[in-house]
Amino acid sequence: MIEMLNFLIFDNLVYILAIVLGVILTVAYLTYFERKVIAFMHVRMGPNRVGPRGLLQPFADVLKLLTKEIIFPKNANKFLFLIAPIITLATAFAAWAVVPFDDGWVLADINAGLVYVLAMTSLGVYGVIIAGWASNSKYALLGALRSAAQIVSYEIAMGFALVGVLVAAGTLNLSDIVRAQEGGMLNWYVWPLLPLFFIYYISGVAETNRAPFDVAEGESEIVAGFHVEYSGAAFALFFLGEYANMIIISALTAIMFLGGWYSPFTGDSWIAQPNIIWFLAKTSIFLYAYFWLRASLPRYRYDQIMRLGWKVFIPITIVWIMVVAVMKVYNVGPWWN
Amino acid sequence: MMISPELFQQLIFYVFAAFTVGSAMAVISVKNTIYSALFLVLCFFNTAVLWLLIEAEFLAITLVLVYVGAVMVLFLFVVMMLDVKQAKASQLKQSYTKAAILIAAAMLVELMMLFGYKLSGQIPTNELIRQGQGYSNVQEVGLELFTHYVYPFEIAAVVLLVAIVAAIMLTLRKREGNKQMDAGKQININPTERVRIVSMKAEKGQDQDHGEES
Repeated sequence: MIEMLNFLIFDNLVYILAIVLGVILTVAYLTYFERKVIAFMHVRMGPNRVGPRGLLQPFADVLKLLTKEIIFPKNANKFLFLIAPIITLATAFAAWAVVPFDDGWVLADINAGLVYVLAMTSLGVYGVIIAGWASNSKYALLGALRSAAQIVSYEIAMGFALVGVLVAAGTLNLSDIVRAQEGGMLNWYVWPLLPLFFIYYISGVAETNRAPFDVAEGESEIVAGFHVEYSGAAFALFFLGEYANMIIISALTAIMFLGGWYSPFTGDSWIAQPNIIWFLAKTSIFLYAYFWLRASLPRYRYDQIMRLGWKVFIPITIVWIMVVAVMKVYNVGPWWN
Repeated sequence: MMISPELFQQLIFYVFAAFTVGSAMAVISVKNTIYSALFLVLCFFNTAVLWLLIEAEFLAITLVLVYVGAVMVLFLFVVMMLDVKQAKASQLKQSYTKAAILIAAAMLVELMMLFGYKLSGQIPTNELIRQGQGYSNVQEVGLELFTHYVYPFEIAAVVLLVAIVAAIMLTLRKREGNKQMDAGKQININPTERVRIVSMKAEKGQDQDHGEES
């Protein structure tokens, strides 16, 4: 009994709390970072009133959202209305269980890690669909339908990109995928899998409903899409889930294509040591790219989104999987020796 | 109170098994079709947990990925799009009931006979076959699929592909007067054919009639 409690609390609960708190804090400052980056690109100041340089702005926002009233629309399905943001958040956090931060720093080192991540990120769509339906609002339903079609379409391209990684590494375990890329920048999978790398990241942007693929929200067309009826803490949960998903997509891109915790340099100096800082730095680059895209690209038209997903991404991934397989069989380059 | 890991596992099994059966019953007994679909999702989830308990983690995650992540999303999508009327109590009590009870009873008897006679000597009744810690479920499934069962696997894949192509061919139709845009044409537009950039001197405010077309 004591052993089991020890196992549950010290081997799991502590780590789970550390990851969840870390993700929540990162999300808080990610919103601040996003507003600053976009402000910079618009030649504005961004938030600068709360605290020094506006650094306490995220906490002010959280307090505001938590103290606001949650309004239930007329004839809304209360149970589903409340459970939708929880589903979004839970699936976004669940995927973190298999992410390796450093060598051995992983909560659950499971063999089917890659499939698990794909399954968890694909579940996020339920939050959107249920929210859209339970709100009893036409804008919310339209947003939910758009989002469902978009996420299901891009999941295929995303899955195929992951198949490429799987072929290259020969394993589904995320830690082993990183270990297969050991030894400097040239050994990373971003080079042999370059098209898959771009497709994975762009599909990730589409999966998280971020600009330029944010037709599910589409402020100028359908007000705010699936979460138009949400306010206060329920809205905050959607927000949290969306940003947690963004971080996980960025982290996975870093893990699968940029060698996770490995340094880009080779040699014995301090800069060539594998470290969690490398992992965080690589993740940050992709997070920055999210905001860069948002500030510089207009929203895609709906038919163009579908065309891009089905007619461009899926054929490219299928062709490139075969290319990767051939390269692996003939031991091409520094990747498969 | 002492709870051994084995007992704990059994406890988990019974909780999730009860949820599986309960949600499966709810799928066919609730009247709202959306609830039905959501209960089916819950049922899949609990089944996945049961599979995890017998250490088939790859199958469990694939179940969630394929059925919950893709198939049920499309189900929900269709149910929301179609105007399905809620079934009335009178509709449920139609002539199917007797036939349904008969079929259910027959299946129950069959299952009991199967487990009672055929399998009793073959499967261990109280102990699961446990594998070592380094055992990879994923690798095992892959090896079996691509050596032992390679032909059934490939044939199933081709059948699915044919089904996809057939479904698309059956639903594809050109409507008269459809003003669909051709993406290729839109992309290959030459800007100089459409827009003329005129450079002109700055003008004073008062003579507005001399404005240029832009």
